[in-house]
Amino acid sequence: MLDDFFMRALVAGVGLALTAGPLGCFVVWRRMAYFGDTMAHSALLGVALSLLLDFNLLLSVFIVAATVSLLLLLLQKRGTLSTDALLGILSHATLAIGLVMVSFMTWVRIDLVGFLFGDILAVSRADVDLVWGGGILVTFAIVWMWRPLIASTVNPELAEAEGMEPEKTRLAFMLLMALVIAIAMKIVGILLITSLLIIPAATARRFSTSPEIMAVLASVIGALAVIGGLFGSLKFDTPSGPSIVVAALGLFILSLLTKPRTGGVDSATASQGGQA
Amino acid sequence: MLQTPTRTVQPLVSLAGVGVRRQGRWLVRGVEFSIAPGEIVTLIGPNGSGKSTSAKAAIGVLKPDEGRVERKAGLKVGYVPQKLAVDWTMPLTVDRLMTLTSPLKGVEIDAALEATGIRHLARAEVQHLSGGEFQRALLARAIARKPDLLVLDEPVQGVDFSGEIALYDLIKTIRNTTGCGILLISHDLHVVMAETDTVICLNGHVCCRGTPETVSQSPEYLRLFGARAGQTLAFYNHNHDHTHLPDGRVQHADGSITDDCRPDDGHHVEILPTGGKAGPMRIVHTHGPNCGCGHDHTPRPSNGKGERRDA
Repeated sequence: MLDDFFMRALVAGVGLALTAGPLGCFVVWRRMAYFGDTMAHSALLGVALSLLLDFNLLLSVFIVAATVSLLLLLLQKRGTLSTDALLGILSHATLAIGLVMVSFMTWVRIDLVGFLFGDILAVSRADVDLVWGGGILVTFAIVWMWRPLIASTVNPELAEAEGMEPEKTRLAFMLLMALVIAIAMKIVGILLITSLLIIPAATARRFSTSPEIMAVLASVIGALAVIGGLFGSLKFDTPSGPSIVVAALGLFILSLLTKPRTGGVDSATASQGGQA
Repeated sequence: MLQTPTRTVQPLVSLAGVGVRRQGRWLVRGVEFSIAPGEIVTLIGPNGSGKSTSAKAAIGVLKPDEGRVERKAGLKVGYVPQKLAVDWTMPLTVDRLMTLTSPLKGVEIDAALEATGIRHLARAEVQHLSGGEFQRALLARAIARKPDLLVLDEPVQGVDFSGEIALYDLIKTIRNTTGCGILLISHDLHVVMAETDTVICLNGHVCCRGTPETVSQSPEYLRLFGARAGQTLAFYNHNHDHTHLPDGRVQHADGSITDDCRPDDGHHVEILPTGGKAGPMRIVHTHGPNCGCGHDHTPRPSNGKGERRDA
């Protein structure tokens, strides 16, 4: 069934969405949307370096994204500029350097648009294996460190006081994010990766009563967006990466229009919200 | 009334000459105290006096830049931080909050919620709780994991007066039933929990320490707070020999002024300090049981005698 290019795209896209769901929730909870963007933008620098040094593309992107996140941590500790400004500098600087480097390398023929916006319809059998292999790895890691991740998201000092290591957790989380960005690049493209992380998570929030439910829902919603986007792109002959994001946005808007079905729990909390 | 536990009991945590520096400024220096099982230590002091910093150094969230912190091996801490805001994007019920750092059985969760009187809120989202309810939820979470040491950073903030009395009563009960040590940070400079064994007043350093005087002994306070409060709240008499000037300098009893609060700065100096930009200075004083100089006067005489000048 993976002989068909559309089927491969579908399987790879759904695999990525399932992985991105829980990770995206943490991006939303930790208010790291712009941070994710910065890491994603730095992927182009990874692409350029990989071409220049004739090095494995995935590894190169992973290393650059991880380095940028570590660099940011270092600069944050210095505390001279706000995180906001630092992110702005790193984000666009790495993107620009990547673009400039690529333009210098006249000897390579590179599909820049493919990297920026993704080329999901061109995924190979190996890509599908990579998405699912990497995805399972990332998901296992997140499940394994779920409690410390949640605790340090709520309050790092509390987590540390009660015997956890929030710094290590944060580092591990950043590495996982770098890995997902490296995997996702080919499917939705550098510029749109963060949206696949954030939009499904934001959509899931309204229907969730626990972090666990939200993580699973975000995966499901992301998968629906991939399926919808891909079929849409087939039908209307639109670029696949942006189509997936548009589908995700559609689901998000739909979620805003629908009133969440209130069970016993929801009505209890809602009435309290009214009092507060 | 419980006396300071004897030295034979290994303290849960002990701080010796602890100082924390950030951006070239000492947040707090020369902090000395220890907490034994069953003991309640209350830190008081104005805003920015280093109460939270000292508590965080005690539980290892902040690494001290000088001095020593010793914690009992395998010490289990229950922590209620001063500020905790759960982002509204995270769906988190009170029930789920309970198992934030360690898995718990359903009965343990129920017992903690019952004890703090918020069992009916178990399925409510924490973002929808009032200030007092949220404090109770945080306290429930901290006690549910049965800690050896409970660290409460201003646990009664956002709680009205009767709620405050109830929370202190609850803290007392927790101490009496579990025998855990409690480090309490109070937002009030003069009124502390009556069960407190040791009050430590901080202002960049340890200004004074002592035991509280129960409100029930003071008719004016009894009239002000009421009889029930009298059993729960206590009045703390400060015993300072120096004044903190508005510009951050310190004026000592003999009129001399130093730049900052170095651990041995002016205040109860016995040995000439070796460093410090303000230069060494020497003030001779006599030690008392609760003189608060941070030095160890073992064997410790009974508390509450001798040093209270204004009693």
